Amino acid sequence: MTQMRYREALNAALREELARDERVVLMGEDIGVFGGAFKVTDGLLEEFGERRVRDTPISENTIVGVGVGAAMTGLRPVVELMTINFALLAFDQIVNHAAHIHYMFGGQARVPLVVRMPQGAGHQLGPTHSHCLEALFLHVPGLLVAVPATAADAKGLLKSAIRDENPVIFIEHESLYGVRGEVPDDDEYLVGFGQARVAREGSDVTLVGISRMALTAERAAETLAAEHGVQAEVIDPRTLRPLDLDTILASVRKTNHCVIVEEGWPHGGVGANLAALIGEQAFDHLDAPVQRVTGADVPMPYSKPLEDLAYPHAPQIVAAVLATLNRSSTSAATAGGA
Amino acid sequence: MPSPSPEPPAQSLPEPERAREWLETMTLIRRFEERAGEMYARAKVGGFLHLSIGEEATIVGSARALRDDDYLISTYRSHGHALVRGTPPENVMAELFGRVDGCSGGRGGSMHMFDLARRFMGGYGIVGGNLPIAAGIALASDYKDSDEVTLCTFGDGASNQGTFGETLNIAALWKLPVVFMVTNNQFGMGTALRRHSAVTDLQRKGESLGVPGMRCDGMDVLDTHAVLAEAVRHVREERQPVLVEAITYRFRGHSMADPEQYRTKEEVASWRERDPLPAFAELLVREGVIEESERERIDEQAIARVDAAVEFADASPFPSPESLYDDVYVLDREVQGWYSVATTDGAADESSGAARDGAQRAVNDEIPQQLTDALAAGEEGRETPGLDRPDTAANAGGADR
Repeated sequence: MTQMRYREALNAALREELARDERVVLMGEDIGVFGGAFKVTDGLLEEFGERRVRDTPISENTIVGVGVGAAMTGLRPVVELMTINFALLAFDQIVNHAAHIHYMFGGQARVPLVVRMPQGAGHQLGPTHSHCLEALFLHVPGLLVAVPATAADAKGLLKSAIRDENPVIFIEHESLYGVRGEVPDDDEYLVGFGQARVAREGSDVTLVGISRMALTAERAAETLAAEHGVQAEVIDPRTLRPLDLDTILASVRKTNHCVIVEEGWPHGGVGANLAALIGEQAFDHLDAPVQRVTGADVPMPYSKPLEDLAYPHAPQIVAAVLATLNRSSTSAATAGGA
Repeated sequence: MPSPSPEPPAQSLPEPERAREWLETMTLIRRFEERAGEMYARAKVGGFLHLSIGEEATIVGSARALRDDDYLISTYRSHGHALVRGTPPENVMAELFGRVDGCSGGRGGSMHMFDLARRFMGGYGIVGGNLPIAAGIALASDYKDSDEVTLCTFGDGASNQGTFGETLNIAALWKLPVVFMVTNNQFGMGTALRRHSAVTDLQRKGESLGVPGMRCDGMDVLDTHAVLAEAVRHVREERQPVLVEAITYRFRGHSMADPEQYRTKEEVASWRERDPLPAFAELLVREGVIEESERERIDEQAIARVDAAVEFADASPFPSPESLYDDVYVLDREVQGWYSVATTDGAADESSGAARDGAQRAVNDEIPQQLTDALAAGEEGRETPGLDRPDTAANAGGADR
């Protein structure tokens, strides 16, 4: 085990896969000379050269499309988009092309492409650089979606993503890049898609945290144990497609209560989808409706006090859990108290 | 910076065998498209159908400038591009019919033909969507140190998409071996060139992006071939992308659902006088490459081949209901359904009854038998017996073009 930051774990994954497989090529805006907007690709240009680590023009849709075409003809491109909001410029290539080519051409072509992007609020980047949009990608059959919360998962999932034969949307979190964690040293350390991580075991309530919210949920669980005698089981799905529903359902059958925490918007969100699945498949095991704690239903504000209100924090999760356990009639807890 | 020769090389006839094959392929495409239109009118073909009648010289003249290991990538008007690469007309017609033997397994339809083995890298339904993909294919060729070239065709309308400028820029920047070919058929759907593009000299649209332009007469297969051959040579040897504008005209509507109110019959008639197919056939007769009787025989052979294609397509089965979820993902060792929701839990809640059954089906990729039975009996999902028809102006008016 080595202590490393989330960004260093990602960097290690890229370095190892570049060294392991000649077909791996990195493309993105400012990933080379600049070292990456968030320094994830720092040093890779020097180590692997311009043929394999390619600075691109600011043309998000086209660089993803270049990745699609290169993936169809034998390369394994990893495209970096500077934020998830910029991925919206590339939605045509991601949805109409990357996700559909294998199906619409009758299985003849494969698109082993990874598109990496960070998301998340907390840095006063305002309404065009701060959103959590994993639900948009979760919606699309043909895509795999990863949302690692820890350094170990960042590394293990990215290595798996690069080796996968399918297009992968790999969603990092801006607030996690500097967070340290224990990462296995093994070059073959892989985290499989569709395997949730039980971050903490508990018997009273199931807390499902998406992306960074897995860590926020863990902090809430500590408070619940220390101050309220409540043992929360915290589950980090790690990938949203595929989704390890079995692990979540098994936990819900044990705890009979569930709170889902996500930073994204409430309507049509990850939690809405997951709550429906739990309701459909474990209804009789629930002692209370599935609760959601989500980001506020607003474009992200710039001003710090407002931004803080617009995404979930541990106290809201604690409150939602207590409400659930008291069988209160509190409705979905949106950040900011909406 | 070296640039392609501004003047196309002298247009000499190719070897007689090659010339005959070009005529045969142009004729096959013409007869195929005519029959596809008939099959659409007879409700054998669904969705949208975009025909390339009038544009055969652009297809054959350009594709015959390629080697077999070069790539061709096209648009939603791509039946001819599949045929010219050698995809059997049987499989192209079966794709139009939505049958299992279609070249995309019945998944793509008219707009999404594909033949990986012949390096026909697809028809694409999104205008301009194929340009970045072409650059990616060329990147892979370049990366492998091969001298393969990618020919990327698109229409005049696509030259207004963001991907046009973005892709030409990155292709020039990275010296990618792509021939961009804008098939200027004078209309972006129903909007005339002068009404959709500020610059109507389309070959110049790449200049500011580092992509030199060339132009060919898309109604003349010899000129098209000569210019494209030079473009392909330049791209292959000089490692600089080129933009070629082929001036042509689409004789039929944008799709079968096109009342063609944006142009006059006289305009269409004047372009039909330059029909590339009889023009080339007459040239070959005049030059003594073929006899008049052989010209007729070529036509008869094309008709017979298309007859066989229709017969084949009609006999090919529809994809089975069980195949609905095939190829959403490359599964490798995983089981179908795993990528939707990874539940394989047979011991799921026993008590939720019918509601849970519905949910299980929704996430577990099972097709309810009642639905397949009802569809087979024509009880569900079909306004018109046999297929669903887009509710466009022409179709809504009952026009059966």
